[in-house]
Amino acid sequence: MYAQMITSEATQDDPEKLAAFQARIDAGEKIEPKDWMPAGYRKTLIRQISQHAHSEIVGQLPEGNWITRAPTLERKAILLAKVQDEAGHGLYLYCAAETLGVSRDELTEMLLDGRMKYSSIFAYPTLTWADMGAVGWLVDGAAIMNQVPLQRTSYGPYARSMVRICKEESFHQRQGFDIMMKMANGTEAQKRMAQDALNRFWYPSLMMFGPSDKESVHSEQSMAWKIKMNSNDELRQKFVDQTVPQAEYLGLTIPDETLAWNEEKGGYDFAEPDWSEFFDVLKGNGPCSVERIEARQKAWDDGAWVREARLAHAAKKRAAKVAAE
Amino acid sequence: MSVQGLIRMGDNTLVLGQRVSEWCGHAPALEEDIALANTALDLIGQTQLWLGLAAEREGKGRTADTLAYHRDAWDFRNLLVVEQPNRDFGVTMMRQFLFDAWHLEALKALTEHEDAEIAAIAQKSVKEVTYHRERSSDTVIALGDGTEESHERMQAALDRLWPYVGEMFSTDEDDLMDVSALRPAFDAYLETVLAEATLSRPDSDFAHMGGKTGARHTEHLGHMLATMQVLPRSHPDATW
Repeated sequence: MYAQMITSEATQDDPEKLAAFQARIDAGEKIEPKDWMPAGYRKTLIRQISQHAHSEIVGQLPEGNWITRAPTLERKAILLAKVQDEAGHGLYLYCAAETLGVSRDELTEMLLDGRMKYSSIFAYPTLTWADMGAVGWLVDGAAIMNQVPLQRTSYGPYARSMVRICKEESFHQRQGFDIMMKMANGTEAQKRMAQDALNRFWYPSLMMFGPSDKESVHSEQSMAWKIKMNSNDELRQKFVDQTVPQAEYLGLTIPDETLAWNEEKGGYDFAEPDWSEFFDVLKGNGPCSVERIEARQKAWDDGAWVREARLAHAAKKRAAKVAAE
Repeated sequence: MSVQGLIRMGDNTLVLGQRVSEWCGHAPALEEDIALANTALDLIGQTQLWLGLAAEREGKGRTADTLAYHRDAWDFRNLLVVEQPNRDFGVTMMRQFLFDAWHLEALKALTEHEDAEIAAIAQKSVKEVTYHRERSSDTVIALGDGTEESHERMQAALDRLWPYVGEMFSTDEDDLMDVSALRPAFDAYLETVLAEATLSRPDSDFAHMGGKTGARHTEHLGHMLATMQVLPRSHPDATW
C-alpha cells in the first residue's frame, strides 16, 4: 500500500450533481477523465495517485542500492527487471494523475519540496542482500493487499493502471520470497541476514497500511467514492494472516512475542507498530528520508540540461519540418 | 575457436551492463531510467550467454557466474571504453553510442560465424543491440544539437572517450573475428550521426590499449569489481 493518510477533500458542489455522481459510483460505473466529478474527488485522487507514483519512483532507490552487488548474474537481471517495472508503474500512475489536470513536472516538484509524500516504507535502508528478499516478500506483499481491490476503484484510468501493476507485483513478491528461501536455507551468515531483514522490515511493513481505523478519520468519504476499498485494519489483519505461515515455512521468527492465533476471530492477534515512529517518518525523520529526497533532487537537477536539450532539439526539428512544407 | 574470444565478448557486456545499472533511480527522466535499465538488462542477459559458452568450452567446471564473480581485474578481457565511469549522462550515452556502433557491426559479422552456437548468440543479440544503437544515436543527436550547454557537454564527452575507440579495432588471434575489418562501417556510421549531432570527430587517433589483452586496465575496473563481486567473494560457500 503506497498511499497513506490521504485526506479526503471536502466538496462544495451542486447537491444534485453530487447525488447523480454518487449514484453512478454506487451502480459500479467507472468515472472517466472527461466526466463531471466533484472537486474534492479530483483533488483526493490526485493526491492518492501521485503518492503512489512517487512511492514507485523513490522505491527504486533502496533496491537500486543492491543492483550493483547482486550476487549472481541471474539475480542481477531479475532485480534490474523489477526496478524497471517500478519505473514503469510510476509512469502509468503519473499518466493517470495527468488525466486529472496536473503535470508530471508539477507533481515531481511537489515531491521534492515536501508538499507531497511517498510511502513511509521507502525511508528505511536496505542493509544486506536479504533485504531484497524482505522487500519483495513483505513490502510488495503488503502493496498487493491494497492494490488488488484498487483494480475495482471508481476512477477508470487508475483502475486500469492498477490491473497492469498487480500482474507485475505478484511476480515481484514471488521473487522476493524465492530470495528469502535461499537465504533462510543457506549458510549461517545467510540465515542471520534473513532473520535480521525480517526483524527490521516487519513493523515498517505493518505501518504501510496506515494508522488504525480508530485514528483514521478521513476514510469515510474515500470509501463512499470507491477510491479506498478496505479499511487499514482489515488489510493489515489480512497481511499478517497471510505472512505468519510463510515465515514459519521459512523457519524465521516474526519479531512479536505477543503474536498468537485467535480461534474466535479466525486470525492472528499481533502487536501494533510504534505509531510515533510512523509519524516521525511521515514528517521526514525516517532513517533515509533525507537521502531519498536528496537523491531524487540530484537526479532532477543533474538531468535538467538533458531535458532542456531534448525539448530544444524537438523544437528545432518541428521548425525545420514547417519550413520545408 | 578461442575461449578468450568468448570471454572478451562477455566481459564487454558484463562491465558495460554493470556500469549502466549504476544509473538506476538517478536518470534525468523516468523514460531514461527505464531505457537504461532495459539496456543493462539486455547486456547482462548477453553476458550469461557469452560467459556460459566460454565456461562450457573451457571445460574446467566453471560457470558464467564463477567467471563474472571470481576473477580479478587482470583476468578481465573487456575493452577499456566500457569500464570508463558514468560521469554525467552525456558521457554515459556517448560511451554507449561508441560501443553500440562497434558492437552491432561485430555481432552482425558473428551471425555468419562457422560455430553455430556463436552465430546463435550473435543472432539473438543483434536484435537487442540494433535497438541500443538506435536509442544511443538518437540521444547523441538530440543532445549534440539541443542547447549550447548540451552541445558542449557532448563534444567534451566525445573528446574524453575518443582515445578508447582505437582499441575496439585492434585485433589478434584470440578474437572471434578480425575486428579491424569493422572500422570502415563504424567510421561511416559515426560520420552520419556526428554530422546530425553537429559534433566534430577529434583529430588525434591516439589509442589507449590493454583492456582486451588484460595487459593494463584502467584504475576504474578494480573498484567496479570490488563492488560487484563482494557477496560471492565474502561468502564463497553460499548459494543465492
